[in-house]
Amino acid sequence: MATEKGEVLLLDLWVSVFGQRCRIALAEKGVEYEYREESLLDKSPLLLKMNPIHKKIPVLIHDGKPVCESLIIVQYIDEVWTNNPLLPSDSYERAKARFWADFVDKKIYECGTKLWRLKGEAHDEAKKDMIEILKLLEGELGDKKYFGGETFGFMDIAFVPFTAWFYSYETLGNFSTENECPKLVAWAKRCMERESVTKSLPHPYKVYEVVVKLKKRFGVE
Amino acid sequence: MEVKLFGAWSSPFVRRVEWALKIKGIKYEYIEEDLYNKSPSLLTYSPINKQVPVLLHDGKPIIESMVIIEYIDDTWKQKPLLPIDPYQRSMARFWSQYVEDKFYESVKRAFFTEGEEQKAAVESAVEALKPLEQELKGKKFFCGEEIGFVDLVAGWIAHWLEVVEEVLCIKVVDPENFPSLCAWMKNFVEVPVIKENLPARDQMPGFYRMLRQSGLASCDGK
Repeated sequence: MATEKGEVLLLDLWVSVFGQRCRIALAEKGVEYEYREESLLDKSPLLLKMNPIHKKIPVLIHDGKPVCESLIIVQYIDEVWTNNPLLPSDSYERAKARFWADFVDKKIYECGTKLWRLKGEAHDEAKKDMIEILKLLEGELGDKKYFGGETFGFMDIAFVPFTAWFYSYETLGNFSTENECPKLVAWAKRCMERESVTKSLPHPYKVYEVVVKLKKRFGVE
Repeated sequence: MEVKLFGAWSSPFVRRVEWALKIKGIKYEYIEEDLYNKSPSLLTYSPINKQVPVLLHDGKPIIESMVIIEYIDDTWKQKPLLPIDPYQRSMARFWSQYVEDKFYESVKRAFFTEGEEQKAAVESAVEALKPLEQELKGKKFFCGEEIGFVDLVAGWIAHWLEVVEEVLCIKVVDPENFPSLCAWMKNFVEVPVIKENLPARDQMPGFYRMLRQSGLASCDGK
């Protein structure tokens, strides 16, 4: 798919939170692109060629050149298409956005995986950790409209795909995000008023269906 | 415009921030932290990770070494550390993240384990070096003739890795298999700003032996 800044192709997987970040960023910028669904069990030759090191989605291919790793892709999109900036203009605010996006990367995915993959004491530990992580994020959000303030931006994009997993975390962990982190839930609802987000995120029940399948595949009932 | 850096003499994460500050010619006050007895200031400025480095600029704290270096590059425009071109920037970020997530994490795992687990971690580390060796072929530094962001992030390999190899009695960087990487390591530590800012080699093995022992001891209960 051609834009005035060249051809853009996104190799992705519908349920991937990392892929969704890229879709939201491209939509926020109004960039036309070709979306290509990959199968993780049968990776395309193009994916293996464009990301030979990690062999993972998402991969953004811009005029034949690959960009890998979702937060790096989002920053690349922000630097090439300069309308509607995603990162704050102030360097201190940028540093905060990068820190919190990195925090989300390091903490949530792994903890979420433990919630569906582990049982007993380890599972209870994961539940405690998840609530603590969400509360820390809620603390950073405070009473702001978005993580970046008045404008939807980089940190919101880094975190919002995980909100489609709240239902799964709650069901697996037997807790309510609304009770534990009401401000986060309100923020998630505000993000869902944006077309870029609603078009990119799957329904939480669809995500839960995937989790149930994963639990069966790994023999965790 | 006041700049302070909370650090620890042995930490490669702190040094990489110092290298960035010195390359840019930024004056700063350095505050040495005792990592076994962290100051109230450090715990206030880095409440989540409670770690060094912390950069304080006009009273505002920035944490996580790679975030700090990008902040330094964003704020002080002389001697850019990241390339100007967006694609080159994305490649620099990619390789920095790769060194951190793949190579460093494997070495850290080898450092804090024993036996079969350690052996697997060392193999993982050696495997992780191969793409780096490929990337460095025909280059003096990762992004050209001058050191930049990736070199600063990977810089610990040129001085700290040898200490790890000594403490663990292992060999990760074999000059025969990694000639480009070895050449890069030599070039890197010869850069004046780096050479003048490395922890004393003779003090490191003792420190890292103690660190490994305390790390292994704290795993015993799990």
